Amino acid sequence: MNGSAPLLEIKGLHVEAVLPNGGIATILDDISLTLGRGEVMGLIGESGAGKSTLGLTALGAVRGGAYVRSGEVKLDGVDLLKGGPALLRDIRGRRVAYVAQSAASAFNPAFRLIDQVIETSVQRRLMSRAQARQRAIELFARLELPSPETFGEKFPHQASGGQLQRAMTAMAMCARPDLIVFDEPTTALDVTTQIEVILAVRQAIREEGMAGLYISHDLALVAQMADAILVLRHGKMVESGSTAQVIEAPTADYTRRLIAARNLRHAPQPERPPLLELKGIAAGYGNVSIIEKLDLVVPQGRTLAVVGESGSGKSTLGKVICGLLPHRAGSLAFAGRRLEPDMHRRPLDDLRDIQMVHQNPDLALNPRQRVGEIIGAPLSRFQGLRGAARDVAVAALLEQVELKPEFAERRPGALSGGQKQRVCIARALAARPRLIVCDEVTSALDPLVADGVLKLLARLQAEQGVSYLFITHDFGAVEALADHVAVMRHGALVAAGPARQVLNPPYHPYTEALIRAVPELRLGWLDGVIAARATQTPDRRST
Amino acid sequence: MTAILAKRLAMGIVLVLLASALLFFAGELLPGDFATKLLGSSATPEAVEALRRARGVDAPALTRYLDWLAGLMRGDLGTSLTNGREIGPLIATRLKNTLMLAGAAALIAVPLAVGLGTLAAIFRDRLFDRAILVLSMVTVATPEFFFAYMAIAVFAVNLHWVPSISIVTAGMSFERMWPLLVLPVMTLVITSCAHMIRMTRASIVSVMDSDYVGTALLKGLPEWQVVVRHVLPNVMSPIAAVVVLNLADLVVGLIIVETIFAYPGMGQLMVDSVSKQDITVVQACGLIFAATYILLNMIADLLAIALNPRLRYAR
Repeated sequence: MNGSAPLLEIKGLHVEAVLPNGGIATILDDISLTLGRGEVMGLIGESGAGKSTLGLTALGAVRGGAYVRSGEVKLDGVDLLKGGPALLRDIRGRRVAYVAQSAASAFNPAFRLIDQVIETSVQRRLMSRAQARQRAIELFARLELPSPETFGEKFPHQASGGQLQRAMTAMAMCARPDLIVFDEPTTALDVTTQIEVILAVRQAIREEGMAGLYISHDLALVAQMADAILVLRHGKMVESGSTAQVIEAPTADYTRRLIAARNLRHAPQPERPPLLELKGIAAGYGNVSIIEKLDLVVPQGRTLAVVGESGSGKSTLGKVICGLLPHRAGSLAFAGRRLEPDMHRRPLDDLRDIQMVHQNPDLALNPRQRVGEIIGAPLSRFQGLRGAARDVAVAALLEQVELKPEFAERRPGALSGGQKQRVCIARALAARPRLIVCDEVTSALDPLVADGVLKLLARLQAEQGVSYLFITHDFGAVEALADHVAVMRHGALVAAGPARQVLNPPYHPYTEALIRAVPELRLGWLDGVIAARATQTPDRRST
Repeated sequence: MTAILAKRLAMGIVLVLLASALLFFAGELLPGDFATKLLGSSATPEAVEALRRARGVDAPALTRYLDWLAGLMRGDLGTSLTNGREIGPLIATRLKNTLMLAGAAALIAVPLAVGLGTLAAIFRDRLFDRAILVLSMVTVATPEFFFAYMAIAVFAVNLHWVPSISIVTAGMSFERMWPLLVLPVMTLVITSCAHMIRMTRASIVSVMDSDYVGTALLKGLPEWQVVVRHVLPNVMSPIAAVVVLNLADLVVGLIIVETIFAYPGMGQLMVDSVSKQDITVVQACGLIFAATYILLNMIADLLAIALNPRLRYAR
């Protein structure tokens, strides 16, 4: 081993993949990076930028269909790409470990967690079984998992998402590797869970002295975790440097846009009379009650943002309003008339007035239909448009959502995520609704694309006076759009009122916890959180 | 777990009862009459009526059904309409033969199918996998009787390796018996393997593509360890379910195969009794087949539960 070589050195890495149609796509184009021992580098970029592919090459792995065309990936001066399977088996797990995005599916459902956590150490004969168990329990404690002595006896389905993500980190750390690749480890978690995980992970990396490659699309998050940042776009390096340099003095235009993203602010609007009023609404599935006695008002031409963690009942609320899930008690009043609980019993006008845009545009569009048919269907149903008149109306709607008229001929498969979500919005607009229920419409999108969609929604509201019930867990989106905010927890309202009142001190403690858990794009934010916690509960980490 | 077990068992009993009712009343609906058939067209109406009375078929259907059920509870399958003998002993030897044939077929088919399915998954999308795919499609698409007659034509008629009919008798030595079993077992194995092969392959492929197998590979475990430790425990449940379901199908396939090879098993007995309109024997055989099918399906369900940690260990 070469003592002077950096821990990880990637030079001129070129990765390609064979497409189903036989063509070749470049996934990584001339990537170089150097990572020293104990350093953490953040890999930032939108989906499809190649960050996961780059992360996996540090383990000498490429995903199915892809291959390395040229370049080197050197670990302590040894090129992993030339080493052969025996070398790769030797370094994987022992010297470089991997933490996957979805721990829930990355754990084998048939084994207890402890057996999976110590597997590398035991199977590779790095430690005895007893030693490995002891180490795992220490790591569980360090990562602040509940009752570390017995936590490992659980099966994966018995632990929560945040616990699994920490257990996966413990699994990666158990064999004391030199480098851990974290592939979007908190993307699937709620903000309040995310902050617990990143706090625990950052402390553990520091205490263990391991190096890391931290992959994320969230610049604010990476800024807290990494010493250096590499910005990727379309497989190319856009910018790289120390975290301070990239955040405070970005040189590339793309980086600047990433930093500026999520800074939309919604100007206060004059009050308007209510459009939709919910009184004492209760709803649930089977024996499970999700929402209990909820009162809410959505004003005309304004936006009510409903925020909360997953499981708080906010999506259920959206379904109740649309009549997809009939409520059990209470009443819905829309523009002075009573709404039937069940959408099948609502008159056509009520159906037309309330439309919905779903979280995942990939699942919300029929892949076999052309965009023209998708948007045209509500035009035919609600306005009786046919033939050329309908085509004209489709083109006008596409223009409203800033898509070219040619898109009418395409199928969803040929569209990007942001374009698909615009088609979903156009489909909702086609009914000329007075209220659109937006269920997490930006959470499946990359930050810059999400910003575009938020701007579009704001513009459509200003032009057409449509109201939004905007369900989200993203406070950036709330700031961009909301006139009123309702904070939900366990199916009940925690706080509700004008946005400025709810989102500013004095907060409700839960609202404050939610807001404080959102990473801020400034250096040392996480250290501030750690310091604040230490003063609040000095004995928190002593056990 | 005990609750699930009890529920499945109760459901199984209800299903067997339903099957018995279906068999009995369907038998009632059949046109024709065993007595006319047995005595021939020259029999006097009085003789036919006397035979019917002797066998007790003049009683109302519901009474006879309840009598039959009560008999079944005591393990009494009733008497044959044609010869008035007890059905129990008649079926006993036949059932033994059938179990021997089905057991031999299962002993060969299950390891063969699971093995081939595993190999197809390991050599996914390569020549071996494609060949297995084509072969299994062909066997699925071709009926049992076609294979049986093809096998007879080739191995019995042209090559003279084995006899074309398989009449085994009680007390036959193993040396004399096994050549008789070759063709029926072969037919059963070939026609029951295809589905098991496809499902084994599909289960293994889906687990191989799962994130946790990716995790195991990135832990640097050698491939065989990944297969043994991470793949196999997770494919046991779906494969076991498919295997048991296919055994149930195999039992049904027996009826055709036994008839073709004149093998003295339950299937042949049932077909013979249908042609003699000996409804009580048909009903008894049918009920045994139905109960076997239901039992095997129940075992498949229970295996799927027993092998799934999510169901074994609650949250």
